[in-house]
Amino acid sequence: MKIFVCIKQVPDTETKIKILSDQSGIDPAGIKWVMNPYDEYAVEEAIKFREKNAGAQVWVITSGPKARAVEALRTGLAMGADEAIVVNSPENLDAYSTAKGLAAAIKAEGGAHLVFAGKLAIDSNQSSVPQMVAEFLEIPHTSVVSKFEATAENVTVERDVDGGSKEVVQMLAPALVTANKGLNMPRYASLPGIMKAKKKVIKEVEFSSLGIAATEQKVKYVGYSLPPEKPAVKQLTGDASAQVSQLISALRDEAKVL
Amino acid sequence: MSKVLVFTEFQNGSLKRSSQELLQFAAKTGKPVVALVLGAQAAAGAAQAAQHGASEVFVSKDTAYDAYNPELFSAAVAEAIQKSAATLVLASTSATGKDLLPRVAAKIGAGVVSDGTEITVSGEDVKVKKPLYSGKCFVTAQFENASVKIVLMRANQLPVAAADTTKSATITEIAFAKPSLKTLIKEIIKGTSEKLDLTEANIVVSGGRGLKEAGGFGMINDLANVLGATVGASRAVVDSGWVGHSMQVGQTGKTVAPSLYIAVGISGAIQHLAGMSGSKVIVAINSDANAPIFQKATYGIVGDAFEIVPKLTEEFKKALQH
Repeated sequence: MKIFVCIKQVPDTETKIKILSDQSGIDPAGIKWVMNPYDEYAVEEAIKFREKNAGAQVWVITSGPKARAVEALRTGLAMGADEAIVVNSPENLDAYSTAKGLAAAIKAEGGAHLVFAGKLAIDSNQSSVPQMVAEFLEIPHTSVVSKFEATAENVTVERDVDGGSKEVVQMLAPALVTANKGLNMPRYASLPGIMKAKKKVIKEVEFSSLGIAATEQKVKYVGYSLPPEKPAVKQLTGDASAQVSQLISALRDEAKVL
Repeated sequence: MSKVLVFTEFQNGSLKRSSQELLQFAAKTGKPVVALVLGAQAAAGAAQAAQHGASEVFVSKDTAYDAYNPELFSAAVAEAIQKSAATLVLASTSATGKDLLPRVAAKIGAGVVSDGTEITVSGEDVKVKKPLYSGKCFVTAQFENASVKIVLMRANQLPVAAADTTKSATITEIAFAKPSLKTLIKEIIKGTSEKLDLTEANIVVSGGRGLKEAGGFGMINDLANVLGATVGASRAVVDSGWVGHSMQVGQTGKTVAPSLYIAVGISGAIQHLAGMSGSKVIVAINSDANAPIFQKATYGIVGDAFEIVPKLTEEFKKALQH
């Protein structure tokens, strides 16, 4: 019984983003790459499932340039995943092609009983690939999940929706869920885990071998630019009453947001 | 001429502001606009879609669509795209939009761009500006090899004019084909808040550690009520259990881009800034003049939140009465 966890490697939140001079992308120099934070909840939930279900195996999978992307897989292995696959693909593959590649690689491994992923990747904020993987695998999905329970046939989850509401959703397995914060507390990698992950052979699949045509690339990012400089803050001075009345005038007459 | 299909959403019988934005934008492109309205509850408001720019409304009054189900909805949207022959599909980056449209894109071989903040449509050419890396840079997303282009826009990015009540549209009732379902919505547990979700609110008032304890949110709620705002929070206070995670703004919470964001007692950790720096006007109230939040703020007040906020509430009350 294979449990797949789709992982994305993203620049760490603290990383300063610089743009290449031809605006074709971000400057890779100096970027600290980490596993997407939401994916940690996904890995943790998969491992928890394995701990309760003998015979379950956790596979972490990612799509990206393998030279760097494998490091995110090693983080997953260090947390306790059993196996890892990298779909070696070019930078900036769009969501559609990425999902198609991941689904093809999962199918090639005999399919999944469960697929976990983070609810979104903090680099593109797209929240698209997992739902697309589910469609390509022809399995149901629920996104933004903060509670997960599974029997052999069913998956029951709580999905966080707008305004603090929750939906209780039941799906027939195999199924895909995307993890929200609150689903669990991701474990830290243990030292033996890290040592084992370093030695683990990571399975490599060439994206170009999956039979996905170049025309399956449907979205292209161009013209990378930095946000416009923010004007310096206007500090409002005087005592509290003076500050408050200045603020109200500014919001009404200058910013015109009231 | 090719059409635009807008996936609409309703709350308590009213067309959401985010859907109004999309319909009005779609009408301005000069293309015929088809609004998709799913469910018995939403169908009652179908006429509103016309008043905001739809020339045709596809509606299903089937109560099966009253609760969101990805399998059911993705089949209906795919069929609506095919029936309308729309080449551009617009939806909001809402809980439903983000879940649904990528699945539709995979189903029909469409391109999808999510979290757009600007959109330009010229003939069949569609360009979408969106932030990457939590707003640390911007990019223009272009479509290629996509006969259908799907765009999810952030709320509060497009202007909204008042509804034109003289307008009407052709209403077409459709019984969309239903796939056999592997997903069952067993229960919907309503949140305590009747307010707009953070991601759609036009004004957000957020509190952080500077409020000292959970009780500090009392005055934040008072201020928010006067402004008709939704209340947010920093990660620190969510992790301390003062408020629920659904209120968290930032990296592992929600990304918001309201017209006005008021941060009270929030120092401005990079994870928080990641979730709110797209706000049009940012007010920071903090006792520490060196707090990083002031680097992102439009207006800053260095002072005691417990003195400032109640005064602000009183003064807003007066100001908004005029």
